[in-house]
Amino acid sequence: MDVAALTFLALALPFVAALVAPLLTRVLGHNAAWVLALFPAAIVLHFSGFWPEVSRGEVVTGGYAWIPSFNVSFSWLIDGLSLTFVLLIAGIGMLIVLYAGGYLKGHPQQGRFFSFILMFMGSMLGLVVSDSFLMLFVFWELTSITSFLLIGFDHAREAARRAALQALVVTGGGGLFLLAGLLIIWNVSGVTQLSLLTAFGPEMRESPFYLAALLLVLGGAFTKSAQFPFHFWLPNAMEAPTPVSAYLHSATMVKAGVYLLMRLNPVLGGTPEWQILLPLFGGSTLVIGAVLACRQTDLKLMLAYTTMASLGLLVMLTGLGVPQAIEAAALYLVAHSLFKGALFMVAGIIDHEAGTRDVTRLGGLRSAMPLTFVIALTAAFSMGGLVPFFGFIAKEEIYYALSGFDRRTMVFAALAIVGNALMFAVAFAVALRPFIGPRVDTPKVAHEAPILLWLGPALLAAKGLSAALLSGLTHQLVSTPMASAIAGEPRTVAISVVPHIGLPLALSIATAVIGVILYLKLDRLRAFIATILADIGWGPDRGFDQFIRGLVRFSVALTRRLQSGRLEVYMTATFILVAFVLLVVPLSYGEFPRAPYFAADVPLHELAIMAIAVIGLGAVVVAADRLTAIVSLGIQGFAVAVIFLLYGAPDLAFTQFMIETLSVVVLALVMTRLRLSPSDHRPLAQKVPDLAIALACGAGFGLMLLKVTGVPFDTTLTDFFNLYSKTIAHGANVVNVIIVDFRGTDTLGEIAVVMVTGLAILSLVRLRAGSLRRIADNDPDAEERA
Amino acid sequence: MKSVIFRAVAPFLTSLMVLFSIFVLLRGHNEPGGGFIGGLIAVSALAIYGIACGVETVRRAIYFHPMAIAGAGLFASTIAGLISIAARVPFMTGLWIYPSVFGVEIPLSTVTLFDCGVYLVVVGAISSIALSLEERGGE
Repeated sequence: MDVAALTFLALALPFVAALVAPLLTRVLGHNAAWVLALFPAAIVLHFSGFWPEVSRGEVVTGGYAWIPSFNVSFSWLIDGLSLTFVLLIAGIGMLIVLYAGGYLKGHPQQGRFFSFILMFMGSMLGLVVSDSFLMLFVFWELTSITSFLLIGFDHAREAARRAALQALVVTGGGGLFLLAGLLIIWNVSGVTQLSLLTAFGPEMRESPFYLAALLLVLGGAFTKSAQFPFHFWLPNAMEAPTPVSAYLHSATMVKAGVYLLMRLNPVLGGTPEWQILLPLFGGSTLVIGAVLACRQTDLKLMLAYTTMASLGLLVMLTGLGVPQAIEAAALYLVAHSLFKGALFMVAGIIDHEAGTRDVTRLGGLRSAMPLTFVIALTAAFSMGGLVPFFGFIAKEEIYYALSGFDRRTMVFAALAIVGNALMFAVAFAVALRPFIGPRVDTPKVAHEAPILLWLGPALLAAKGLSAALLSGLTHQLVSTPMASAIAGEPRTVAISVVPHIGLPLALSIATAVIGVILYLKLDRLRAFIATILADIGWGPDRGFDQFIRGLVRFSVALTRRLQSGRLEVYMTATFILVAFVLLVVPLSYGEFPRAPYFAADVPLHELAIMAIAVIGLGAVVVAADRLTAIVSLGIQGFAVAVIFLLYGAPDLAFTQFMIETLSVVVLALVMTRLRLSPSDHRPLAQKVPDLAIALACGAGFGLMLLKVTGVPFDTTLTDFFNLYSKTIAHGANVVNVIIVDFRGTDTLGEIAVVMVTGLAILSLVRLRAGSLRRIADNDPDAEERA
Repeated sequence: MKSVIFRAVAPFLTSLMVLFSIFVLLRGHNEPGGGFIGGLIAVSALAIYGIACGVETVRRAIYFHPMAIAGAGLFASTIAGLISIAARVPFMTGLWIYPSVFGVEIPLSTVTLFDCGVYLVVVGAISSIALSLEERGGE
């Protein structure tokens, strides 16, 4: 098989694994994780094969046509940026699968969990390798949907359901912004593939639609990457089981927004708008996230808010536009995935083994869980940016980028120092506080975790150390190609763990010192922040609830107004609209048909038939009871059918006869069923407007038909069908041949509609009044009252 | 319905109409008729039978649930289209064979199968509506 087919297979592999996961889990129990981890391992293996090309700075593209008529393809783009993401997603995914094997051991729905998380892995892989816009959007929304499934995994709890729905609304809604943004980019540039878009950077940036496209794309990226003020779904998403938090909500999915910004940086970046909006939102997210993290006592929530802060830092760096900022973003992104994934898993281990993850109720675990302690410390050193871990390299690069002396850079440098110092304090509050000090009684007696639990975080933490020690190799394979792909031009990353005396190192030391002080004063800091937050009272999280409630109220009010539930209102509205549409065009353009031409010598029998039709109509109007009216309507219909017959349309006449017969029967049946009074009791005040509407509709249809028949008849189709009906479709009855052969596919659709309509009517007839009322009773206000 | 004459005649009338509807269905390709009209005739036949002898009798007489008949029709029509794909021509292309039975050449085609499907859908869907209305109306 060639590389393209193998790549396609690798992208499909997680979905295959998701399919077999429940079965495997039924057979092997939690040990299925060992087998399932082979799938991501195979993906890592396959994509590692791209390293030689990518580290030379080449871009590998491939794919298949999907909908060629719309220029839509299933195509991928593998460069330094996407390859790094792929390896992070599949590599960490493999460890997460193992970890979930231990974490959810014995859970009745473990198979389903594996299935969801592998589906997510497939979606995320698809997202980061997508070359075509549509594919990017589809996978973007798929990650939102799988995230919804994973957050709501524990669906018996209301908090989990709410968090799942909130995440879906925020990130899925953001996806729609992204779609609109991509459509604008497509319209301006004319290409539908990211790999071709790079050439259109200048056109995009000078286009009058640039700002609209930018804002829409940012709407997608900021919601996905939890930027303030769209951050509130991320802490709530901690309702998910810890493997999900470690994987989706720290290492991969929340980085999709950052990925998008990095991907579009060569196209949309570099403008004043870009360099104002991104650092502004990113910087405020950084500080707000870090401050809110100190407020929490739940290990997972502390980590969640620092994740938000880190995402802010990444967005800020991506948009800053100073030298080395892109390189710093690339390094920090990788470092963050490694240490944050590990720390989340450590938090999960503590929760799993000690029975609580409240930092104030934990202490002295180091003797019971020495291995976990080492892992936690290793990851925290990286998060705190200490030598010789990968976090240090990233932080040095950040401070190198921010060590300019203009006012703008200094402001952002200050933000970075504050944010990093707070995150430093939180890192050690998570990784040190539960392990040191006197032993505190925990709900469960803590023991060291089994191998499935500690293997993942141990490997991630070790990776954070080895990647830094072998920084030359890391830069050659990962950092340099990635930074080049983000910048859209060749860049070189050369920083190593050996500290160099200079401003960046000084800033690093200052961060660590402030961090230590904050760590020691964390309890007082927490109380202080809590007081301030209590004074503010309102937050976007509550705002979301208010928004949703308002939306539901609005739609209920609107529905009540539009859907009165009275058939007369619906029919009146429909016919008024029909009359309006039919009459307003001829009236406003003065396009009236010519007066119809009446031949003098109409045969007597035709006159008689027309007379019958008119008498039938008259009988409808004057009929005393409804049954007579229905039958009279039938008389008119039969007369029309006879006219069809006389003018050489036997098929039409035939059908008309049958339809008239059946509608009289069905109408009569409906009438008895609805127990309508036998006669019509409308007051005159209602009869007159009804009559006016009826006359307007009739006049409209009459005018339209006269106008249409006044146009010279185009015989192209008639000639075609007459010519070919017998020769190629073997039928003399042109009407039937058209129905079943020339336009057979139409007919297939129509009979499907007939069948579905039949089913719908059948269920309406069978519904009882009581069940109808229950369906209509879907009103939150009523629920509140109850 | 209480009329004895109507009740006595209805079964024969219905059988004749159903027979006629099949005749109309099959001749449709060359003369006025076809699945749609044929189906409507059959539905009127069933409706008359139902008014005369009651819905239960009709349901027993047609044996299958009307919606099952409609479903079978839709299935037959889809199959008629898919046969063409199996024969490696575009979907819904008419295919014809002319087997000879007792020396008489009978033209058979996927188009005929398709038309029979249309007939069944119309019969099933509309008669199920009519029958359920009659059922309730009688109460």
